[in-house]
Amino acid sequence: MSATFRLPTGGLIDRDTALRFTFNGRSMTGHPGDTLASALLANGVHAIGTSVKYGRPRGIVAAGSEDPTSLVQIEQPFPEPMLTATTVELYDGLVAHGLPGQGRLASEPDPARYDAKHVHCDVLVVGAGPAGLVAALTAARGGARVVVVDEQNQAGGALLGTREYLGERLSQDWAADIAAELRNTPGVLVLDRTTAFGVYQDGFVLALQRRTDHLGFDAPADAARQRVWRIRAKQTVLATGAHERPVVFADNDRPGIMLAGSARTFLHRYGVLPGTRAVVFTTDDSAYRAAIDLARAGMDVAMVVDARPAAPSVLAARCSARGIQVRAGHVVTGTEGGARITDAHVAPLPGTEGNPETVDCDTLLVSGGWNPVVHLFSQARGTLRYDSELGAFVPGEELPTVRVAGSATGALDLTSCLRQGRDAGHAAALAAGFAPVGEVELPVSGARTDERPGMVLWRVPGELREGAPDTRFVDLQRDATVSDVLRATGAGLRSLEHVKRYTTIGTAHDQGKTSGMITAGLVAEELGVELSEQRPTTFRPPYTPVSFAALAGRDRGELHDPARVTALHPWHVARGALFEDVGQWKRPWYFPRTGEDMDTAVLRECRAAREGVALMDGSTLGKIDLQGRDAGRFLDMLYTNKMSALKVGRIRYGVMCGVDGMVIDDGTVIRLAEDRFLVTTTTGNAAMVLDWMEEWLQTEWPHLDVYATSVTEHWATIPLVGPRSRDVLAELAPDLDVGNEAFGFMTWRDTVLDVGAGVPARVCRISFSGELAYEVNVTAWHGLAVWEALMAEGEKYGITPYGTETMHVLRAEKGYPIVGQETDATVTPQDLGMSWAVSKKKADFIGKRSHTRAENNRPDRKQLVGLLPVDPEIQLPEGAQVVGTDRLPDPPVPMLGHITSSYRSAALDRTFALAVVRSGHERVGETLYVPVGDDLVPVTVTESVLYDREGARRDG
Amino acid sequence: MQLIPCPWCGPREETEFHYGGQAHVAYPQDPAALTDEAWARYVFFRDNPSGPFAERWSHSAGCRRWFNAVRDTRTYDLLAVYDAGEPMPDLGERDEVVS
Amino acid sequence: MTADTSSRTSPLAAWADRLAGLAPALTVVERPFLTQLTVRASDPDAVAALGAALGVAFPADPCTFTRGDGPFGDVEVLWLGPDEFLVVARSDLDPRVPVEEALRTALGSARGAVVDTSAQRTTVALAGPHVRDVLAHGCAVDLHPSAAPTGTCVQTLLARAGVILQVVDAEAGVFTVLVRSSFAEYLAAWLSDACVEYLAGVS
Repeated sequence: MSATFRLPTGGLIDRDTALRFTFNGRSMTGHPGDTLASALLANGVHAIGTSVKYGRPRGIVAAGSEDPTSLVQIEQPFPEPMLTATTVELYDGLVAHGLPGQGRLASEPDPARYDAKHVHCDVLVVGAGPAGLVAALTAARGGARVVVVDEQNQAGGALLGTREYLGERLSQDWAADIAAELRNTPGVLVLDRTTAFGVYQDGFVLALQRRTDHLGFDAPADAARQRVWRIRAKQTVLATGAHERPVVFADNDRPGIMLAGSARTFLHRYGVLPGTRAVVFTTDDSAYRAAIDLARAGMDVAMVVDARPAAPSVLAARCSARGIQVRAGHVVTGTEGGARITDAHVAPLPGTEGNPETVDCDTLLVSGGWNPVVHLFSQARGTLRYDSELGAFVPGEELPTVRVAGSATGALDLTSCLRQGRDAGHAAALAAGFAPVGEVELPVSGARTDERPGMVLWRVPGELREGAPDTRFVDLQRDATVSDVLRATGAGLRSLEHVKRYTTIGTAHDQGKTSGMITAGLVAEELGVELSEQRPTTFRPPYTPVSFAALAGRDRGELHDPARVTALHPWHVARGALFEDVGQWKRPWYFPRTGEDMDTAVLRECRAAREGVALMDGSTLGKIDLQGRDAGRFLDMLYTNKMSALKVGRIRYGVMCGVDGMVIDDGTVIRLAEDRFLVTTTTGNAAMVLDWMEEWLQTEWPHLDVYATSVTEHWATIPLVGPRSRDVLAELAPDLDVGNEAFGFMTWRDTVLDVGAGVPARVCRISFSGELAYEVNVTAWHGLAVWEALMAEGEKYGITPYGTETMHVLRAEKGYPIVGQETDATVTPQDLGMSWAVSKKKADFIGKRSHTRAENNRPDRKQLVGLLPVDPEIQLPEGAQVVGTDRLPDPPVPMLGHITSSYRSAALDRTFALAVVRSGHERVGETLYVPVGDDLVPVTVTESVLYDREGARRDG
Repeated sequence: MQLIPCPWCGPREETEFHYGGQAHVAYPQDPAALTDEAWARYVFFRDNPSGPFAERWSHSAGCRRWFNAVRDTRTYDLLAVYDAGEPMPDLGERDEVVS
Repeated sequence: MTADTSSRTSPLAAWADRLAGLAPALTVVERPFLTQLTVRASDPDAVAALGAALGVAFPADPCTFTRGDGPFGDVEVLWLGPDEFLVVARSDLDPRVPVEEALRTALGSARGAVVDTSAQRTTVALAGPHVRDVLAHGCAVDLHPSAAPTGTCVQTLLARAGVILQVVDAEAGVFTVLVRSSFAEYLAAWLSDACVEYLAGVS
């Protein structure tokens, strides 16, 4: 099918190349340089989809991202919902269809790459229209680092949609010249197809670059399809232009009704006529130029309907010369048609002579004036001011680092825009510390300035016929009408923010670019207030829609969050370990043998630790080196027990509380020297504890001579556990006396392991399992070799690697709590039954004063206990509630506590659980109940230590 | 993404910092001597002004130094940064609300 | 005693080939097993004595590093904080013990600390035509030569990993990244992924 509305010449398109595409099932062609919208119009297609609420046909209203109606679903090359046809650049093979408001996400993952990139500049210029180009050039010639972003595929902005002269050059060519000069200037980055969508604090601007969207099927898979630029600018110049504003009238939503300036853009940029016969409805001079240009291009322009009492005489005369009738003081009161407009009803305004008439047309071009694009200025916390001549909000007071230039200020003539661009570029460069050299010479604009000021008209006056549905659409995408606005004000709403939420106007993909100002005007009119007293709704990012894929960038899959691994990780992977996430760490969960399920593997691993020898990777434990004369004193404040009394060579378990007295961490403290300790933390709290130490040292006790240094990853830590652990260690550490006398529980020794040419090691006799155990520490570099040596040495004892699940079972059998599992920031050491670890003698430690608060001494506090299900086969779910009765009373059911840990024990040959229970310590021996599904499982309360209460195994 | 001016490293993105709450809340000299209420005030109560607020920040992903900053809670603007232990600088009258 | 060197494994040993494959867009080379000592000191005399012991003055300015040749060979001293430095000895021997002892001796009775953190981080040398592009994908610090000249040393985030980033040669675009050992594989994966486009020659 031939593109019947494509003119034989003109437009910035490549006519030698045909692009095939399919829309709503129909095959058509367009050209490189087209948008989907311009290609559709070239093929005579105006109807895109149907409206979200009323199912009315909707077309193309604007030529750019402000378009409220041309929502399409891309099907090929990859499904993407809710794009506007006016912003989709055409490519070969595109398959799309119009949408009734909502689209469909792909069910399979998007194969495209997306990424982000930081860029820093002295001056950021948003918008490469006439003002922006001159601003950028001015700043760049002064040597500033300049970034220019523009949402179109080429520089020029509004100049792309006109055909005027700047000096000797056609304005489009002038823009291309400047852009080329900028691209060739070192330190200047020009980004086209890039929309600045968010302005934040301190010169931070986010911009989305559509890098390969326009290549369609030819987009290289290796290239990021879209990039989020994270721009940090010392100064920003917003040259964001203006959007044409429609006027609201009955049946103003029919396909074929379009903004006049956009029709002019379709003509000059794409060589497309929007139809065969047009009526132009305007409140200002600019639409006359559209009418004249279209008539000159061969369109039958029947009439210009100007709401102003008098028409601009020169422009009107030029219209008359082309056979275009001009009706001043008239308005369009309504339209006829179905999938396309067929007639416009024209009538005089009160006070104007004339008769209503109906003009047949397939195109109705509308102009109600221009709204400066103040979105980004508003996001930058700029205040807006109502300009009653423009009928629009314009930037108010200037900001220290954000300037506005061009039609974004409300300036509507090219000469002013150019001058403002130069001034803004100059001022921005100066403010960023540059003195522009060589003033940019401004071209002389051939465009005439307006003859008459525009008239502010939100809607065509007139009442709705009784009982008739309101078709005076304010927000075409949300199907919101004048009546909806009046309903909001009628309900008592006065704030525009409230009206917006009540009516949903401005909440669609276009965020009200063509409807927001009109809504403000209608509300002010209805309330009888001045618009200067109305606060416009706050503009928020993003300026145009941004996909989540683009925001996620490369932070997907394995790069979504760092997986921290230990030096031993490759061995765990090779041995088929399953992993558990602990914070960002990957920790082996258990090491199943062929055919084993988790329960079987864990029971086997537990048995090995209790009966033979086993080892695990403990490298993730936090380790902090503390040095300084006051290190002992400092630890006395941090831990509940006394660390300063610890002898060199010995180790002590410690509990750490917040100032509120609640447990925040626990671990061991090793005294390396008089003035040096090594502190271990739980895996998840390593960073927190270091920060906690630094906080006290730097902000509260800077006089203390203590320095804290993280050495977590310097060490590989391997607990070697079980009755045969001593035998294995003895073989590998020939210089070390591993006997109980020489190397007792809670002491440490430095030695050299018989691995390779000898590996220095620090061995700590500590136990988190309740068994005889040695914690072997070597530098992370040697971790793998030492682990393998331990495995080899222990083979004759059946040495068994185990994971975190077995570790949990073993420690739970001993009643050792895990901070963050048994505790939740409401648990004191006393609640855990650890009064033995809380010093009574120390004058103070962090949390001590809170331990004496009445609340923390209530007898009914939740306390850690063991629970043994009466049926030893039942494993209780962690998190289950504990109740006191064998029958549930009517709600609310008094809850006594909850299960914190629950396992199957090889050593006990039964299941068991740990729980925090009200007055738990007093309830030992009682029977309580745990609701599991529809059952109430009876459990017996016990002490939390269930295995080897005397500690004979550990100490032997 | 706000920039926070680390006194040592200069302005860095806020993600490099940890917030430490209100500044100039000293650990009591002798907690045991305090009434329950006085102690609870230290532990649980903090100011929540609309306007300038002296806060503690740590450049946790950078030099790990704690410092104090005066931040206007209405605008997030950081009005001053100063060393931990220094008194809050006099910023003069700052009543204007910018929003 | 000299520790065994044959039984050592560096955090990115398994990545060597993959990282080499990023050339020519980016050259990424792990420099494993460097001696690294965290030094804490604030007394100016002590800091001067520490520098004298190494034959290289400690950096006076925040966010910089110094480099010199002394009794322990080529040594760099990185500013990590107003009283915190990282001494990186580039000798291929295992001089940690003598260096640590020399620093302790130099510190004397002054307030401070010396901690062996050699295996806490691994070191990655970065260069190549796209090195600033790649870094800009994940680092918010301005690395333009005018903002980060040779000798700059910042602690910041690269993607989601905390790093120490040294500008070794701003004009030539040579950088060193020190990353905590547990994050090294993540960073290697991230760098590899960042290079996909540059390797394909798209840009």
